[in-house]
Amino acid sequence: MGLQKVKSILPAGSYYFSGDEAVAEGAIAARCGYCAGYPITPATETLERLSIRFGETGAVFMQMEDEIASICSCIGASWAGAKALTVTSGPGFSLMQEGIGYAVFTETPVVIVDAQRTGPSTGQATRVGSGDIMQAKWGSHGDYLIIALSPWSVQELYDQTIIAFNLAERFRVPVLLMAEEATAHLRERVQVSGEVELFSREKKAGAPPFGTRENDGVPPMPAFGEGEKLLVTGSTHDEHGLRRITHPDIHEKLVTRLHNKILHHGQEIIQYENYYLEDATVVVVCYGFTARSSLFAVERMREEGKQIGMIRLKTLWPFANDVIRDIGSRVKKILVPEMNLGQVVGEVMKYASCEVVPYNQVNGEIIHPKTITEQLRRLG
Amino acid sequence: MVRELEKYLRPGIGITTYCPGCGEAILMGLILRAIDELQLNMDDMLFVSGIGCAAWIPSPYFNADTLHTLHGRTIVFATGAKLVNPKLKVMVISGDGDLADIGGNHLIHGARRNIDLTVICANNMNYGMTGGQVCSTTPLGALTMTTHQGNPFCPFDLCQLVKAAGAAYVARYAVTQPFAMIRGIKKALQTEGFAFVEAVTPCPVQFGRRNELGRPADMLKDLMAKCVMREKAEKLSPEELKDKIITGEL
Ligand SMILES: Cc1ncc(C[n+]2csc(CCOP(=O)(O)OP(=O)(O)O)c2C)c(N)n1
Repeated sequence: MGLQKVKSILPAGSYYFSGDEAVAEGAIAARCGYCAGYPITPATETLERLSIRFGETGAVFMQMEDEIASICSCIGASWAGAKALTVTSGPGFSLMQEGIGYAVFTETPVVIVDAQRTGPSTGQATRVGSGDIMQAKWGSHGDYLIIALSPWSVQELYDQTIIAFNLAERFRVPVLLMAEEATAHLRERVQVSGEVELFSREKKAGAPPFGTRENDGVPPMPAFGEGEKLLVTGSTHDEHGLRRITHPDIHEKLVTRLHNKILHHGQEIIQYENYYLEDATVVVVCYGFTARSSLFAVERMREEGKQIGMIRLKTLWPFANDVIRDIGSRVKKILVPEMNLGQVVGEVMKYASCEVVPYNQVNGEIIHPKTITEQLRRLG
Repeated sequence: MVRELEKYLRPGIGITTYCPGCGEAILMGLILRAIDELQLNMDDMLFVSGIGCAAWIPSPYFNADTLHTLHGRTIVFATGAKLVNPKLKVMVISGDGDLADIGGNHLIHGARRNIDLTVICANNMNYGMTGGQVCSTTPLGALTMTTHQGNPFCPFDLCQLVKAAGAAYVARYAVTQPFAMIRGIKKALQTEGFAFVEAVTPCPVQFGRRNELGRPADMLKDLMAKCVMREKAEKLSPEELKDKIITGEL
């Protein structure tokens, strides 16, 4: 158990994939044993590919009657011992929220890909947006923290799908991969290496499956059919899974541990990339597809001798508080371009002491590098 | 519960939470008897339940793997587990509200897919846990906490619904027909594919009280009088069948 190197199922080499296909191949590389979903643009192609590819690898693919059924069957599959995946977009992501909360509270590893399109509601089904970032954080009721990743390329959709499975298994949590239509439907080269590093859930016969001595620990996770006589419940429970719905201490202890197991492991979870920060006075903080346009713009400005840098957030939740606090104390201004009306910018404002300027676009199109260049020029 | 069935109960769990006179506690015993008569190994079994009084039948009382899920979603949780580990003997136990109202779509799709699940639906004709509101199984005209003028809508015939959707085995028994019910549950457990048993059960505290159905014993007697086995029912006229509950394999 723990992190182990295994051979890639796909032969090492260079492939030409769409983002959706890269998710499917990443899931196969991660040894996903169960995928359930309900078709929705722009995530459908992942399901279509897995329905063929799982036939070859022996994993189970199911098209369910809706997204609620999809997430719930994934949770059942996860407890039966499989790594499980579901993929969707906004409307389906909304339907999944109760199930995501159940996965949080029962500490069930599961990977959820939200290939974001514009919203609210049906919005523009084939157009790009990043409007679900706060929903990823707060979508289900009650107090919890979540892990959400943000890929900027087809390569990263492949890589982050594997990372999402590893984090889900490591921390026994649902992990969200916040893709975007623009990358889901993009076709690019993907390098597949001959080996993948995979984390598999820890098992320890007889150990309590819902509690640890530490207040931020991850308990071992047995599966159904192993004779552990498991009690899995979405009600407040003690370390053995026994329902305890009136004890203030037990609820507080459980909710706090589930919170801390993410909060205290930020170092292990949070990933980001720095560009040209050494002498920067203005920095773009960005994520997802917008980071591609941003990097293009930043490099153009550099050619003109402007002291502009960039931070790309590969992990959105838990938020890179320390990174933003640090850069905010060293630069004059931060620009946060987003394909929504201002979601991550609020977090940046919370932690950066410098001036923080949003740029928002919700027209269903990617933010053009030229637009970002103009914004940067305005900031001086 | 008699001591010979105690081995199926989780050690250290005391009394059940069922109201006095609740038929769901009788159903709990009947399910265990069926398992006992078939000599099933509890280590191979997974019990999946939803939210509601009936969903508490296996959780935490049964000494086996239990998955106590969200309201209405039992069948899809169970589907995922069964597909990943086909060796598990999976039984879903939940209420009529859970399985047929909020979970109705999963119920018919579960029956259509015909995956090997045994589903026991406790039909107490209302939502017991939340205080006695109307359900899709509440009889026309019945009083509930949300139909003070009488239920204006016709109830589902759950067995016909599930049968039409493609289930491999469908039966209805009342908890007042214990031997037939045990036989039915055993058959359901032995069926390969989606097997559905509707267990009609009195809810004296919520449903009985509002409809002036008397004491728990009166409700049991009333249920006994209302239940007609299918073979007998086939010989009765529509008038004679009015207010009757047809039981047996359907
Ligand atoms: C999504 C959601 N909506 C509503 C509820 C509240 N709720 C809990 S149990 C229940 C009804 C249960 O009725 P039934 O399934 O018939 O079981 P019974 O209690 O009668 O045995 C409801 C509405 C809930 N838990 N979750």
